[in-house]
Amino acid sequence: MSAPTASDVIIRYDELWKAFGQKKIYEGLTLDVKKGETITVIGGSGTGKSVMLKCLIGLLFPDRGGVWFEGVDVTTLDENHLREVRKKVAMVFQGAALFDSLTVAENIAYPLREHLPELSEDEIAARVAKNLELINLPGIEAMKPSDLSGGMKKRVGLARAIAIEPEVILWDEPTTGLDPISTRIIDDLIVSMSQRLGCTSIVVTHDMDSAFRVSDRIAMLSQRKIVAVGTVDEMQASDHPDVRAFFDARKD
Amino acid sequence: MAARAPRPHPLHEPSETELRLMVQQELEAILPWSARLREAIVALGGMVVMFARAVTRAFSRPSSLGATAWQVEALGVRSLSIATLTALFAGLVLSLQFAFFMARFGVQHTVGKVVVLTLFRELGPVLTALTVGARIGSGITAELGSMQVTEQIDAIRALGADPVKKLVTPRLLACMVVMPALTALADVFGLSAGSVVVYTQYEIPFEQYFRSAIETATLMDFGSGIAKSVVFGGIIAVVGCYKGFNVSGGTEGVGRGTTETVAITSVAVCLSDFLLTKLFLAL
Repeated sequence: MSAPTASDVIIRYDELWKAFGQKKIYEGLTLDVKKGETITVIGGSGTGKSVMLKCLIGLLFPDRGGVWFEGVDVTTLDENHLREVRKKVAMVFQGAALFDSLTVAENIAYPLREHLPELSEDEIAARVAKNLELINLPGIEAMKPSDLSGGMKKRVGLARAIAIEPEVILWDEPTTGLDPISTRIIDDLIVSMSQRLGCTSIVVTHDMDSAFRVSDRIAMLSQRKIVAVGTVDEMQASDHPDVRAFFDARKD
Repeated sequence: MAARAPRPHPLHEPSETELRLMVQQELEAILPWSARLREAIVALGGMVVMFARAVTRAFSRPSSLGATAWQVEALGVRSLSIATLTALFAGLVLSLQFAFFMARFGVQHTVGKVVVLTLFRELGPVLTALTVGARIGSGITAELGSMQVTEQIDAIRALGADPVKKLVTPRLLACMVVMPALTALADVFGLSAGSVVVYTQYEIPFEQYFRSAIETATLMDFGSGIAKSVVFGGIIAVVGCYKGFNVSGGTEGVGRGTTETVAITSVAVCLSDFLLTKLFLAL
């Protein structure tokens, strides 16, 4: 295992092995993510795309191998040090994972209260309002998650994730189950977040249209490892059988 | 699994192969139990660790008092009706039974003594724990289990917070406050209900009933029941939270988890009641 030496590599998955019981998920998965890029991980359902994201912030741990973030192997960190990683790496969950018992404003304020206890209530309210503006949903502070549509929930999930201005945003199936208009809105947000905040994004999806719109690079997860990685054009021209099968299935 | 070997004649000395097959079959019969036992030990260990973590987190900043007060309202105040109703009917039946049999010996006027001891030491805490505990424990598992399957517990961790401090500590503290309070209330309601029965059925005046009850019961009788209820509250909260945190298999898993919580808390309450009774009688 080794820390990345190239200065532009912010995240490195290094020879990752992971199994859930008898089911093997990774057998030597390796991937470098460069600072400031939006990389999309594509692959079939159940191939372990979301597990990659969860390993980066210590929600899951690999059986072998390392996950390096800014020169530190996060798999060796305890909960206190992982807290620092989670301050810099935010995750937008597949089902948004908003807290049902809290209002939209309280959901977005949650990480602010955890990481920045010195903020006053007025400052928190101002940052909540600013983030809601950013996702084009101003004025919904008092609503409960149960009152929101699927697309709105994901956008509020994003507003909560970016509340503490992270360096990396992890998107777990951001457009799954959404209508085409909501999908487009989310795609635009992924692009605009990268541009406005200058952050690195890892997007996990099997929505190829979405992947083409938002990605700087695409990585293909298949056969328990990353089998191909490249720019959108490179991947479209790839003759790797797994990549071809995935891309051609879309055309069919 | 290999086909079962024919049962040997009692006088037949089994060959080495037959012996190996028999041992293998016996092991296969035992294995599911050993696997279950291992699961139970792992769960028990997990619950002890969760309890220890929740208690230590109670003293760390920020304070859990606000969330605990909220849980006292959600778990305790809303259980008032079930706790008082159960105690009311327990008191009625208890007095009716005792008075009926004590009347045979002509000592029905002392029924208050027996009712108060039974209620304070045993039925008040145990009945409250079984009825309210089932309600509270299954509710906790359902809520936390739903949070688990919708990744809300992962989200708490991802946002830099500690799920044990946020979710377990307030519920544990609330249960350990709410259960003794409800038990004390159940004692009062049960005793009062008993007075009505013995007055209407056996014409024993209220004053005589309560006087004999108060003269008999010591602070230890009342205190041992309350102490039991604190332990029961802890058990209910920890089992409910542990089962909620470890739900797997979507909504079906949530249903399974709540059922298991009711079963485990009921058995654990009865078992710990026996041990605590033994302890308090030795004091």
